[in-house]
Amino acid sequence: MINDTGIVVAFWVLAVTTVGCALMVVAVRELIHAVLFLALSFVGVAGIYIVLSADFVAVVQVLIYAGAVAVLMTFAVMLTPAADRRNSETGFWLPAAVLAGLVLVVIVFVAYDTSWNLSGRAAFPATAASLGEAFLKPYVVPFEVASVLLMTAMVGAIVLTKEEEGDDA
Amino acid sequence: MPEMLLASVKLEHVLILGGWLFAIGLFLALSKRNAIGILMGVELMLNAVNVTLLAFSRFVVSPRPLDGQVFAVFVITVAAAEAAVALALAVAVYRHRQTVNIDEIDLLRW
Amino acid sequence: MNALLLTLITKHWYDIRDLSNLSAKIQQLIADAGGPHWLIYVVSGLLGAGGIVAFVGGVAIINIWVERRVVGRMQSRLGPNRAGPFGLLQPVADAIKLMQKEVLQPKTAYGLIFTVAPIMFTVPGIFLMAVLPWGRNMTLANLDVGVLFLLAASSLGALAVFLAGYSSNNKYSLFGSMRVIAMLVSYEIPIVLALLGVVLFAGTMNLGDIVLFQEKYRVLMVLLQPLPFLIYFIAISAELNRTPADIAEAESEIVGGFHTEYSGMKFGLFYAAELINAVVVSGIIATMFLGGWWAYKLDEIVPGWMIYIGKIYTVYFLFVWTRGTLPRFRIDQLLAFAWKWLTPMAIFNIVLVAAEVLVWDETGWSAGFMIPAFVVVNNVFAVATVFAFMRLLMPKFERFPTGLRYYSTIDVPSLPAATPADTARTGVQAV
Repeated sequence: MINDTGIVVAFWVLAVTTVGCALMVVAVRELIHAVLFLALSFVGVAGIYIVLSADFVAVVQVLIYAGAVAVLMTFAVMLTPAADRRNSETGFWLPAAVLAGLVLVVIVFVAYDTSWNLSGRAAFPATAASLGEAFLKPYVVPFEVASVLLMTAMVGAIVLTKEEEGDDA
Repeated sequence: MPEMLLASVKLEHVLILGGWLFAIGLFLALSKRNAIGILMGVELMLNAVNVTLLAFSRFVVSPRPLDGQVFAVFVITVAAAEAAVALALAVAVYRHRQTVNIDEIDLLRW
Repeated sequence: MNALLLTLITKHWYDIRDLSNLSAKIQQLIADAGGPHWLIYVVSGLLGAGGIVAFVGGVAIINIWVERRVVGRMQSRLGPNRAGPFGLLQPVADAIKLMQKEVLQPKTAYGLIFTVAPIMFTVPGIFLMAVLPWGRNMTLANLDVGVLFLLAASSLGALAVFLAGYSSNNKYSLFGSMRVIAMLVSYEIPIVLALLGVVLFAGTMNLGDIVLFQEKYRVLMVLLQPLPFLIYFIAISAELNRTPADIAEAESEIVGGFHTEYSGMKFGLFYAAELINAVVVSGIIATMFLGGWWAYKLDEIVPGWMIYIGKIYTVYFLFVWTRGTLPRFRIDQLLAFAWKWLTPMAIFNIVLVAAEVLVWDETGWSAGFMIPAFVVVNNVFAVATVFAFMRLLMPKFERFPTGLRYYSTIDVPSLPAATPADTARTGVQAV
């Protein structure tokens, strides 16, 4: 439970902004505007991470999501010029909305119904050093596997988008 | 009601925020016509999952509370890799079919 | 009057020398008067933000003159000299000219993004100044992940550049922004690795603590880490789109790059944002490599922030010097330089720095011996690496080159004048 007034106000402002931007991603009619609102919601989520005292993860979120994934999506929109740029839904949007609403109701119910094993812990001190230790001591194997995964993804992306073997020299 | 909300930030509030983001991402992933729109939904869902993980790491009793943050960093890494491959796929499909509209990409091979 | 001013200054020298004492006094005042807890944060935040915005405004004005006049003198010509003594009112003339120009916007451009892109380009540069330490206790936001914050904000600027080119719906703008994105993404890796060398030595990502590290061991980081300084300087001038790496806005090549379609104050915002970014980056270099507000006990006489501003403008003069001297590189030369030269050099440097830090921790010898040893080793390593790379990678000089060896393969999809989607959106027919 966080009781500091400033942090509570910041949390609510950030929460409303993030959910608002996510709803705008659904609602806007242009794909490139939707990508921009998505980038804004990423930055809002980074603010939520700071409220939850995860400063390192927040900066990593801005660096990777807003700085790289959003640029990737803009690239994809740019490299598909003759495609449909309207952000429209398929015919099945009503069942999808019902399902999403059901998921939300279940999550809200579980959040309020479960008795959580809360600890009255204060906020974490600077997390970067402890996270570094965690990555290199208990979690070193997933760390190395993640780097192999990234390399595989890079190679895969390049192979998928390479042109045919036409001679363009 | 406003005083109740402004008093403190509890675990339930953050979980509901994560739930909203997840539901919106689910709607995007299930109902958008453009492949890039679907990818946007998937990324929103992964962000919602991260919010939930960090909320648990902050508020719940645990022998090693920073594990939630480690997990969140790994989720961000995998999400970035998956976004790259998914967008490469979309561009590759576009090269052959001149469209990224998933309603029109409905043949297993052509 | 002068005597009054003199006594005021000498009595409150402690406050002026380190403005954080002034803000600490104001915070004490508020706490004594029984103000609410959050008011202290708001007031100190506003004070710091006001100071930063004042500095940014001054920078945007002064640097226009510095760029044009100093570059002119370096190129053996006069530079602006009509708008005031030594052309000092030239920035005012430029600002008035830009303000009274008509802001044109193409009909098929994406209107909202077209307007937002210059703002998105300016804002990260300004709020990066919040993490820079201006004095001993004078940081607006003393983040523990300050270095990462710098990198995150520069990647936000990259997104803005790309959106500017894309939203113009113009082939040349798109081409320019694609080149810029390829360059920005390639140069982010040497930047991160160069700063990582400094962070490894200092043991912290907090910018204030990096300056304190340099103060504690009485050594400037540029002596300890010459190769990262070089790598960072070159890579960041590519990220800033400054000559010799300014293919993004090469007026002689692609009309104007990503800001072709911008006119009036929107273009003025791009221009000012580039100057502000240059000064912010000079601030980063001054903090991490040149010691920030500390200068071998000089900061007991001169206020720390004055020393810092002096160092900022020294580094900025280096940037202007490079601009006035070197010709522009080709895009494939730039990308090859980033991937084949800077990234491997930075990686070798990381390996060496990690080994040095390990040796220092394990043996526990005194700093008085280790620091000079590291200075010698790192400088020798820097010179040796640069020479090794030159010997191995530089092609032989051909007086009359035959055949194309370097070939740029960046492909841009051809854009019609108005796609059906554009026609549906704006009503402009295709030609």
